[in-house]
Amino acid sequence: MDKRLTEDELIAELRDGMTIGVGGWGSRRKPMSLVRAMLRSSLRDLTIVSYGGPDVGLLCATGKVKKVIYGFVSLDSIPLEPHFRIARQEGAIEAVELDEGMLQWGLYAAAIRLPFLPTRAGLGSDVMKINPQLKLVKSPYQDGEELVAMPALRLDVALIHMNRADSCGNGQFLGPDLFFDDLYCMAAKRRFMSCEKIIATEDLLREGSVHTLKINRMMVDGVVEAPGGAHFTECPPDYPRDETFQKEYAATAKDPEAWKAFRARYLDLGSEREYQEAVKSR
Amino acid sequence: MSGHTRAEVCAVAIAEIFRGDGETLVSPIGNLPNLGARLAKLTFEPDLLLTDGVACLLADVPPLGGERDPGRIVEGWMPYRSIFDLLWSGRRHVVMGATQVDRFGNQNIACIGAFEKPKTQLLGMRGAPGNTLNHPTSYWVPNHGRRVFVEKVDVVSGVGYDRAAALGETASRFHEIRRVVSNLGVFDFDTPDHSMRLASVHPRVSVEEVVENTGFELVIPDAVPETRAPSAEDLRIIREVLDPDGIAAREVNE
Repeated sequence: MDKRLTEDELIAELRDGMTIGVGGWGSRRKPMSLVRAMLRSSLRDLTIVSYGGPDVGLLCATGKVKKVIYGFVSLDSIPLEPHFRIARQEGAIEAVELDEGMLQWGLYAAAIRLPFLPTRAGLGSDVMKINPQLKLVKSPYQDGEELVAMPALRLDVALIHMNRADSCGNGQFLGPDLFFDDLYCMAAKRRFMSCEKIIATEDLLREGSVHTLKINRMMVDGVVEAPGGAHFTECPPDYPRDETFQKEYAATAKDPEAWKAFRARYLDLGSEREYQEAVKSR
Repeated sequence: MSGHTRAEVCAVAIAEIFRGDGETLVSPIGNLPNLGARLAKLTFEPDLLLTDGVACLLADVPPLGGERDPGRIVEGWMPYRSIFDLLWSGRRHVVMGATQVDRFGNQNIACIGAFEKPKTQLLGMRGAPGNTLNHPTSYWVPNHGRRVFVEKVDVVSGVGYDRAAALGETASRFHEIRRVVSNLGVFDFDTPDHSMRLASVHPRVSVEEVVENTGFELVIPDAVPETRAPSAEDLRIIREVLDPDGIAAREVNE
């Protein structure tokens, strides 16, 4: 089955108000070309679930977001995501801030179709105060331990970025960490994967061992070939983070004129190709 | 001028946090915590496990900034998912920062001001709630002052002793805030109600200076010892092996 599609065909499947999980971690292997396609669209009122990086910052800064569910939002080499900070400090978005492990647990519960999973994480902290929707559950066994019942984080859509994929939707990560990309896919109704390069199925083991094939075609509805698609986040071994570009992006949070210029130059474009050309021509 | 810097004293104080930890994964966040953990491994805790800061366990001990140099000896794979499993299973000791910390060791790295519309958004909860309930946690504060050592933190990310006690014995059985190390001294919670105690002052720091810069009442023992000074061997390892470029020193004012 050929599941290839373009960024814009993918966007046509998204709706206002959807809950969208974005794979990767901080400023690492984020499906940025798909995020950029969202920025070009008229989508709004989205709920974003993410180990957040510039995906969250950009979606907040362009008014796409109603709610963010996260454990942190960071650019790694720049610890605080400046556009996300502005959105929070202006009270522009609803924030569901969780412990990082709780976020994983919520995705995992959704993936394996459980209403919740118990965890000790969160107890005693203000995670419970700022998220009054969270409930406790008591162990039915002799220990009777009270734990947080982390509810399933069910997603309408998952977006992930892989190093390689075939046109059927088998995906391959060649870097050191899959992060939680498989869980995002399993937690979502519709699953879309961008990749650096689409290759033939029989070539999937040329660059990595069988252990790198953690995304299989049952977990994916659409594949977008997007060379440089994770830019400016890192996508090892294909490319490192573009620290210069990230610095430029981060600096725009302090200066509305610089942000306007950044948008005009890199975001308010017709296609991902134009973005890649704008980056190259710097 | 004595023979060592404040940063080197802090590195030794942080190293001492790990004494007795044995085969435990150490997750030091920041340059000085990394320097301290590596110093501990090279001197008195050789069995500690360290990562490259990404997803590999390193068998050898790199200098600061050299974690991912070619030629490092990798002894295992530790992606985030394995870290989370390990964290909840308990064989980990983390050293986190603290934008605010209070007398019972409650820590805030989430935001300053009200959560709904914060004055300053910080990192977010990250792993602090789960860390503090599941394994030993310590804090490193490079800028000891009343804005950090506060009577009450704005948001509780890492759980302190009063809140852990309120959860009861079962839920808090893995809770331990081992120590807080600042640029002025070392603090522990070895008191009847687990409120913060001044365990030692760094060389050339007075008890009064610590008290003046702390926004709550510290427990001060009758005799406050001085933090262990770096040995000649500690200094050699720091200066020649772990931090020849003096990266960690930039984190601390002399």
